[in-house]
Amino acid sequence: MNNFFERRYVIAGIFITFILLLLARLFYIQVVDDRYELYASQNVVRKFVQYPARGFILDRNGVVMVQNQPIYDIVVTPKQVKAFDTVEFCKLLGIDKDGYDKRMAKAVKYSPYRASVFEKQLSAQLYASFQERLSEFPGFMPVQRIIRTYPDSAAAQFLGYIGEATDAIIKRSGGYYSPGDYVGITGVERSYETLLRGTRGIVRSMVDSRNNVKGKYAEGIYDTVAVAGERLESSLDLKLQKFGEALMKNKVGSIVAIDPKTGEILAYVSSPTYDPNLLVGRERGNNAAALYKDPYQPFFVRPVQAYYPPGSSFKPLSALIAMQEGVITPQTTYNCPGYYVAGNRRIKCFHGEVHGTVDLSRAVAESCNGYFFMVFEKLVNGAGGRKTDTSYTKWRDNVAKFGLGTRLGLDMPNEGRGLLPKASFYDKVYHKGGWRYSTVISLGIGQGELSATPLQLANIEATIANHGYYYKPHLIRAIGDKKVIKHEYTVRNYVGVDSQYFEPVINGMQSVVDHGTAVGSRIPGIVMCGKTGTAQITNKVDNSVFVAFAPRENPRIAIAVIVEHAGQGATWAAPIASFMVEKYLRGSISKRPTGITPEYYMNSNLLPAITPKTPPVSKKPSADSLKKAASLDSLKKVKLKSIPVKQQNSLKETAMLPNRRSNE
Amino acid sequence: MNNQRSFFFNVDWVTVLIYLCLCTIGWFNIHAAVFDDNHPSIFDFSTSAGHQFIFIMSGLVIGTFILLLESRFLSALSPALYVVTILLLILVLVVGRGVGGNQAWIDLGGGFKLQPSEFAKFATCLLLARYLSATNVKVTDPKSFLIAGAIILLPMVLIKMQPDDGSTLVFCSLIFVLYREGLSSYFLIIGGLLIALFVSSLVFNAASVVAAVVIAAVLVVLIVKRNRPLVLKVIIGALVAIGFVFAVKPLYNKGLKKHQRDRIDIVLGLSQDKKHVGYNQNQAKIAIGSGRVWGKGYLQGTQTKYSFVPAQSTDFIFCTVGEEWGFAGSVVVMGLYLFLVLRIIHIAERQRAPFSRIYGYGVASIIFCHVIINIAMAIGVMPVIGIPLPFISYGGSSLWSFTILLFILLKLDSNRMGVIYA
Repeated sequence: MNNFFERRYVIAGIFITFILLLLARLFYIQVVDDRYELYASQNVVRKFVQYPARGFILDRNGVVMVQNQPIYDIVVTPKQVKAFDTVEFCKLLGIDKDGYDKRMAKAVKYSPYRASVFEKQLSAQLYASFQERLSEFPGFMPVQRIIRTYPDSAAAQFLGYIGEATDAIIKRSGGYYSPGDYVGITGVERSYETLLRGTRGIVRSMVDSRNNVKGKYAEGIYDTVAVAGERLESSLDLKLQKFGEALMKNKVGSIVAIDPKTGEILAYVSSPTYDPNLLVGRERGNNAAALYKDPYQPFFVRPVQAYYPPGSSFKPLSALIAMQEGVITPQTTYNCPGYYVAGNRRIKCFHGEVHGTVDLSRAVAESCNGYFFMVFEKLVNGAGGRKTDTSYTKWRDNVAKFGLGTRLGLDMPNEGRGLLPKASFYDKVYHKGGWRYSTVISLGIGQGELSATPLQLANIEATIANHGYYYKPHLIRAIGDKKVIKHEYTVRNYVGVDSQYFEPVINGMQSVVDHGTAVGSRIPGIVMCGKTGTAQITNKVDNSVFVAFAPRENPRIAIAVIVEHAGQGATWAAPIASFMVEKYLRGSISKRPTGITPEYYMNSNLLPAITPKTPPVSKKPSADSLKKAASLDSLKKVKLKSIPVKQQNSLKETAMLPNRRSNE
Repeated sequence: MNNQRSFFFNVDWVTVLIYLCLCTIGWFNIHAAVFDDNHPSIFDFSTSAGHQFIFIMSGLVIGTFILLLESRFLSALSPALYVVTILLLILVLVVGRGVGGNQAWIDLGGGFKLQPSEFAKFATCLLLARYLSATNVKVTDPKSFLIAGAIILLPMVLIKMQPDDGSTLVFCSLIFVLYREGLSSYFLIIGGLLIALFVSSLVFNAASVVAAVVIAAVLVVLIVKRNRPLVLKVIIGALVAIGFVFAVKPLYNKGLKKHQRDRIDIVLGLSQDKKHVGYNQNQAKIAIGSGRVWGKGYLQGTQTKYSFVPAQSTDFIFCTVGEEWGFAGSVVVMGLYLFLVLRIIHIAERQRAPFSRIYGYGVASIIFCHVIINIAMAIGVMPVIGIPLPFISYGGSSLWSFTILLFILLKLDSNRMGVIYA
């Protein structure tokens, strides 16, 4: 021992201090700071999403409309790739060396240790030949994916399609979807997305520092099982749907058929249509682009998005409202001189026919405009010209009860309202008090500022068939194995017209088919009640409209058919409707006394010539510019008419909008 | 005295017990670090855990052998041992095998490798003890101080050439030995101040560090103004300090290699690279921090099992302790080390022979230095320096050299009543 004995305490003190400092730091990171626990689990736990099978969609008879088909992607894990015959490999996949290098570089950039897609959606044959030689290409693996497939290539606008989730969808979903996920973009795939997609499973696995899966996390207690999407049973009758699509081939228009007893939509035809299988698989992008460019707009869902003036098909509705309001009785007559005098205007009946003295049923049967102008005058002018405003509003409310000017709430996206102007609309156009019943009298015969979707028209027929109520029209009638039916589809919606008023109107509608305007479309042995419509379109060939229900007793189908720019309702829409009705009720088409056959209609091409968009004209154009525009317009028309339709299709800028606002 | 029975009674069994505890902890944690389902047994001799078991057993044999030696030998042989070690350190620079960038190993064939730097530690301690215990040597005497310094510096320089920064740094701890033997306190104080200045100059800008130095100097001068010579010293010291502050940046950028600077930057928070340079330390911190209070349980550490921390059975073995045994485990291990070094100081102070005391302080300093650097590195308060955790880290050379280091002291202690003459 020497003089520096006390220094042992200094040294011991230093040792103790340092050890305590480290312990304090350890206390902080191990006990106080809880971030490291999270970091450790982020290191080691990987969530693997198990995608469930998307739900099938069947038609009303159990025929599969959409199902899933396995396809194969080739994935590559770059670090596992060993030397192999690249030339042979490229030949097998049908790619070149350059393409190989690019794909490989992309995969390496993603991760050398993780598998990423090398080539998407191999055909079955390609997959088979690749599978045989898999062992020659270490690091490459086929991975199964599921795509949608449509065995009958029908009802494209109903089914819609699925596609990769866009940024907007991902944002809206609150993080449910991630890039690369498939999601319903349109149609039933979109409106029933949450049911069809099923429930994803999540498996939490533990990985080591090289991302090799080492087993389940926490014995899998946090894992969930994927549950397949619900099977949806559509109300559509696939046979009828295909038949309808065939009848509407090479025509622009729509057919909607409803079962009045349930509100189930039996046919939902939008023409021209496309094969839904085009929007699946490797060529999807090109096909979609071509369809977008098609001037006849196959993506336009005409049953709910196209607005058509109902024309004379509106007349039964007008008669019903008048009787309910008590302004006419079934016995009310009108002596038609071939025209109607409204205020100081004289309006011709269709083609100036002289109907003579007609009662309600005859007026419907012979589509006497004069009678319904009178009805409209009684309704809107009955309380005197000064009260036009309130009378009109009352009339409008009564019409709206039938579902016009409003959405019916179909289980499909982007349903349109149609047009049914409010009094305020006319106040704006003619200034307040500046309009009378005579100003808007064309509304009385379903023209003017009135437009409806085919769905709305068919729904009115269902209402008439039911004598005063309808069930909410819908396309999916049962959900899942238990066939759950939504409650809203079992509720009757009354339109405010007592059932006793329907018989006279229905009598008239029966006459339309039995010996009226649509006599050529009579179905032997089936009593069909209908109404033709020939909606006049400014400067264009009229739309052919026909609405009907059948049979008269115990109706089973209500239908609306519109063929754009085809002429009179009786010529095109009525025969097509009669075939649809007979096909549904009878399953086959009988020999018609007139000799008409479905084949004739299927083979007729009524596609309107593509007319250029009217150049935008400012509200008060100078005389010069107006002239210029007009002359330019006519010039274009002349030019285009001489071009065959096929070539016109490629003229994107001349694409025509269907008649959304054709009456404005 | 030379009776077999009596000297075994004189062995400090408390130290032996701590030693055995630490070795066992090491063995179990190495097993956890290298565990995989194909080799579940801790006795599987194809795994590091199995190897470590052999190392521990052979370490016990070596320890027993040392206890059977004559104490006199240790003092007498120390110069020869030192010379041999220095020769080996030179040899390793010529024929050494690189591990992790360091040319530190001599291949003995048959799978055996020798790391001379490990043996340099006790050889240097022994020679230092022998030199300082000579009757006419005083540390306060400049000549003696220089010779003692040279004994320490020679192996340091050779090890630095490998280059093995960790082992080099360990020799610095021998300053505690010199201090205990009479080295002026200024050396410790100035050493501490230089480290503080170095770190703060890197973290803060020069102006604020200089300002802090000036303020501190003024305060000290105001307190001790009566003591003229001290005031002068303080003023000179402050000026030197200010010069040092400005020299730090150039020294840092020119004197250190890029990987060393990167590692220091990570610890000081001057860079945030968690993927490359900072990867090891970040993962180590995650492992230890995620253990929380009681740990994840033996063989349950995910960082450990799934090899997120590199070098986990050797330099980063403390991660396994921290992750699987939690703060509780950390306290136990740190407690054992603290107990060990304090026990060694206690042993050293009860020696009659200065040789034994000086050697004892050498042992305590070296073990302490290893522990502090290793754990500070693992929890990210010091830059990454490859240095084993005594008795716990995997490796034969490391375990044997610490065993020899410790058991020589036990041998000397068992013989403490005798007088050893230089």
